[in-house]
Amino acid sequence: MPLPYDDNPKFAAYANPERLVSTAWLAEHLGSDGLVVVESDEDVLLYETGHIPGAVKVDWHTELNDPVTRDYVDGAGFAQLMSAKGIARTDTVVIYGDKNNWWAAYALWVFALFGHEDVRLLDGGRALWVAEGREFTTEAPTPAPTEYPVVERDDTTLRAFKEDVVAFLGGQLVDVRSLPEYTGERTHMPDYPEEGTVRGGHIPGAQSVPWARAANEDGTFRSRGELEEIYRQEKGLDAEEPVIAYCRIGERSSHTWFVLEHLLGFEDVKNYDGSWTEWGNSVRVPIAVGSEPGEVPSR
Amino acid sequence: MTAGATADLPDALATIVDDFNALSQPDRLQLLLEFSQGLPDLPERYAEHPELLEPVPECQSPIFLIAEIDDAAGVGEESVVHLIFSAPAEAPTTRGFAGILQEGLDGLTAAEVLAVPGDISDRLGLAQAVSPLRLRGMGGMLGRIQRQVREKSAA
Repeated sequence: MPLPYDDNPKFAAYANPERLVSTAWLAEHLGSDGLVVVESDEDVLLYETGHIPGAVKVDWHTELNDPVTRDYVDGAGFAQLMSAKGIARTDTVVIYGDKNNWWAAYALWVFALFGHEDVRLLDGGRALWVAEGREFTTEAPTPAPTEYPVVERDDTTLRAFKEDVVAFLGGQLVDVRSLPEYTGERTHMPDYPEEGTVRGGHIPGAQSVPWARAANEDGTFRSRGELEEIYRQEKGLDAEEPVIAYCRIGERSSHTWFVLEHLLGFEDVKNYDGSWTEWGNSVRVPIAVGSEPGEVPSR
Repeated sequence: MTAGATADLPDALATIVDDFNALSQPDRLQLLLEFSQGLPDLPERYAEHPELLEPVPECQSPIFLIAEIDDAAGVGEESVVHLIFSAPAEAPTTRGFAGILQEGLDGLTAAEVLAVPGDISDRLGLAQAVSPLRLRGMGGMLGRIQRQVREKSAA
């Protein structure tokens, strides 16, 4: 049985309001049967410095990725991880994290690849919970292992690979990186040179919508109306047509994937997790530079 | 050089590498957390003048550092290095790396600091617990410390 949804009026306007909970809702439901709170951060030690009481930690880098291949864990690996974290297939999972929920959204997207039914994001993430002075603890829970089924990862519905993007050229692409990354002036993020690429620029035809435009100062999502204004009116994206989002390694674009899929209700949204670290290092894929989407090469 | 190798390291740093490698994976994270908690506060003279500190763009969090050279006891290669870091509380991993460098290098001579190998972050046995991508910031900090020491001590 999923927990009740958060009937916050702000969420009611979104396409899938059941995918978000507010800090107030979470504070009220903490400790409920059938609820597991997951913290997923960029900083691997942040959880240890204090976290929401009862929350378990899922580290994207070290736990959701295959240790050898550049890919996510498989069905057996995910089942093992869920069991270890005390998460049952029918549990309501609420994910939150640092940096405006970048990594929390990434974790949520990976949960979605495995078809975990009820997975929600904490609007505002860790920073808002802290800013509101809500309860925090350094006590790590010791969950009882669950029997989580081995589910095959679905890589076709929400995920795009390089070959898919090559075949999709001319379709709706959203590049969510910073403008200097999009134009090609910069081949890595200001603070992340290790994720650099041989070539800078963007996938031809991609619209530039830096991911942070979807967030308010406090890390919460902008309202439905504001999001429509940005993605539909300003960028002219069509909710009926397929869209693929990408960034540098797939984490910022998970945030945008969440916005398009769950807040604006686009019909077919995929995250290209290979993103620019793959595209900008690949031989012979087309690249556009400058501030315009650029010419899409004829295939 | 592999994880745990310490033959070419100054004593304090060698001890830290040994300590990390003697622990199980989860305990290594705990030790890194202790280093992050042990990082000294920014001294008064810099708190007022953050512009004097150098940013480290290799790190995934805002961190600033400065290497001070004390030539009371010796000059050039013999001058003594003191390290000062500033990193936010919400970046404990970065603070932990800074804490290791602070404890491992502070008080050494310029020559000793310049001789520290660049792969120090690979020797702590943290790749599994932290991920290699996150470890690169530490190399960036060391590189900046050594450049400052080289320039300021003219060693």
